[in-house]
Amino acid sequence: MTTRLGSLLRFSRRRLFATPLDTVITLVCCWGLARLVEPLARWVVIDTTFRGTTRADCTGAGACWVFVRARLGQFIYGFYPVDQRWRVDLVAVLLIACAALLAVKRLPHRGALAAELIVVMPPVVLFLFYGGFGLLLVETRDWGGLMLTLFIAIYAGLLAVPLGIVLALGRQSRLPAIRTLAVMFIEPIIAVIFLASLILPLIVPSGIGVDRLARAVIGLALVIAAYMAEAVRGGLQAIPKGQYEAATALGLRYPATTVLIVLPQALRIALPAMTNEFIALLKNTSLVLIVSILDLLGVAQAALADPAWVGMTLEAYVFAGTIYWLLCFALSRASLRLERRAALR
Amino acid sequence: MTDHTLSFINNRRVRDVFWQVAVWAAVVGLIAYFVRNASDNMAKAGIASGFDFLGRTSGIELPFLLTGYTSQSSILDLLWAGVVNTITVALVAIGAATLLGFALGIARLSRNWLLSSLAGFYVEVVRNIPVLFFVLFWYFAVIAALPGPREAIGIFAVAFLSNRGLTVPTPQASEAFAVAALVSIVCVVAQIAISAWARRRRDRTGRGFPLWTSGALLVAGVPLLAFAAAIAATPWDIPVLRGFNYRGGFVLIPEFVALVAALATYAAAFIAEIVRGGILAVPKGQLEAARALGLGNGQVLRLVVIPQALRVMVPPLTSQYLNVLKNSSLGAAIGFPELMNVFVGSALNITGQAVEIIAITLAIYLVIGLAVSALMNWYNAKVALVTQ
Repeated sequence: MTTRLGSLLRFSRRRLFATPLDTVITLVCCWGLARLVEPLARWVVIDTTFRGTTRADCTGAGACWVFVRARLGQFIYGFYPVDQRWRVDLVAVLLIACAALLAVKRLPHRGALAAELIVVMPPVVLFLFYGGFGLLLVETRDWGGLMLTLFIAIYAGLLAVPLGIVLALGRQSRLPAIRTLAVMFIEPIIAVIFLASLILPLIVPSGIGVDRLARAVIGLALVIAAYMAEAVRGGLQAIPKGQYEAATALGLRYPATTVLIVLPQALRIALPAMTNEFIALLKNTSLVLIVSILDLLGVAQAALADPAWVGMTLEAYVFAGTIYWLLCFALSRASLRLERRAALR
Repeated sequence: MTDHTLSFINNRRVRDVFWQVAVWAAVVGLIAYFVRNASDNMAKAGIASGFDFLGRTSGIELPFLLTGYTSQSSILDLLWAGVVNTITVALVAIGAATLLGFALGIARLSRNWLLSSLAGFYVEVVRNIPVLFFVLFWYFAVIAALPGPREAIGIFAVAFLSNRGLTVPTPQASEAFAVAALVSIVCVVAQIAISAWARRRRDRTGRGFPLWTSGALLVAGVPLLAFAAAIAATPWDIPVLRGFNYRGGFVLIPEFVALVAALATYAAAFIAEIVRGGILAVPKGQLEAARALGLGNGQVLRLVVIPQALRVMVPPLTSQYLNVLKNSSLGAAIGFPELMNVFVGSALNITGQAVEIIAITLAIYLVIGLAVSALMNWYNAKVALVTQ
């Protein structure tokens, strides 16, 4: 006990009160914290309202989480029909089951299974969300909330990774004409989203409509592909020249060298960087708000306009912000772990 | 197949040319197909093409203006007003983000545990939340919740922050500022001349010169005094509360204040990490060697740590500054009249010419972006390591 107290004292002597200036800094920080934390704690925890169903139940001085509870369905599913929400839940269960299955390290043919799932799952999920073949059709304009945030992030990511690999290989290429093709991304993301949503319907043959959501996903995927390409390029540059020379000596041509020798190593090195790009993508899905597609942030924003729930601005933002933060923070920790594991190899 | 044709199709240069031609042919073919579809579709919808629309009267009112634009001006003038607003908001946000980011980055490295944890907490929270969240939050939750003009928060009793924006005083004459600017330029040129002379003298005789003192005096001190004098000598239009709003001064609309605050608070978290990484990247041996040579703390920082840290920091800072520029387009989400909003929003509504408008917008962002990175590359080349 005394030693713990002693080390605590030593710690505060060294790290909090080492010099007069340090003492002043510590005291100012404490004062600021007290000023900030006390009202915050009151608002978030102490003076809050949980019980009730309508705006009239929000009587406390603090946050009124009744609002979030009443709107939870919309925050998660958007305007997806209530009696069809089981389909979204089913997708969530399926994805969690797949992830759990793949997390088993001793599973035979784990890599092959993962590859098969990546090919099979996207169309299955799309079918479950959209419907058809006996399931009720749910137009994409009814999708929204957290479900849409994750949908856009994952599908844009699925498009962006292969495109990014091709772009990275293009930039590495000896062929200058292909290299110039790949240098074209210095634009704001919403400019590219606008580009996709305004130009895509024009350039397809008339009579074919391109879904609004699909346009936004394609626009986002184009931008993220450029960033993914940078990550992959980092991996490619880390491959020793000897690997290429050995492959050439074995008689392998460019496609075989790339697919069998270079990419497996480069992608493993680039994985943490690519995870970081995915985090950026997850944050940037919120930008689809600009073309009136309501993901989690969009639904929160739209909920503010409800006359039945006036004055719930902070509650809506705090809730949406916390969800984004939890998702991105968890992913960034995962990326750190990947990086450490890669460093150990 | 003869040996000759085989060696021809296996020839590396032949294959290189073939693949380049093939890729380009595919790309050009695809583009031609898209263009044909687009012209068909536009003809069917009765949309005009070409850039004639730039000369038309816009008829749009802008709430935030730094140019002489009126609703009677042409769409080209509208575009220019948008560009000026974009650049203004980006520059102000970059300045604020740099100040806040450097402060946070240095705070994170502080020996004081509380200070460094608080800075770390800020960085971890901000980095994992979308930038659009900040834009909306500052606009709808912070600025909108400020008191009205009658209870505005006064800043030294000359500027007033309320839910109608930030009202700042405006100078009514510019001569004194022109003189101050001239004085500053002369001082900077003098400092450059002095440092060249001092270097030559040091090389010749080995005698040093207090360049930092003269620099502080000439680059910071005299210009500051000159501008202070100019501020004092110029008559100012100071905003005064009349009834329910302020008269006089210039109103930085709430959208502007919210956008700058959002971009700055968001980018500062990333800049803080860059600053921290840059300072940590200076090897410890460098500090020890500098101390062993008898340099004081200030000298170690000035002569050893900062030059080497800057070298590491400049490339990532460039991309952060570009990010601020790109994110300024989010003004469109809260109705700030920057390039994206006035052009892809308003101008597109009037003309319907999506292709031209998107092309112009992308080109402008490209030009501004390339200019920023060219400037930063020039600076980077200046601070980069010169090896023998």
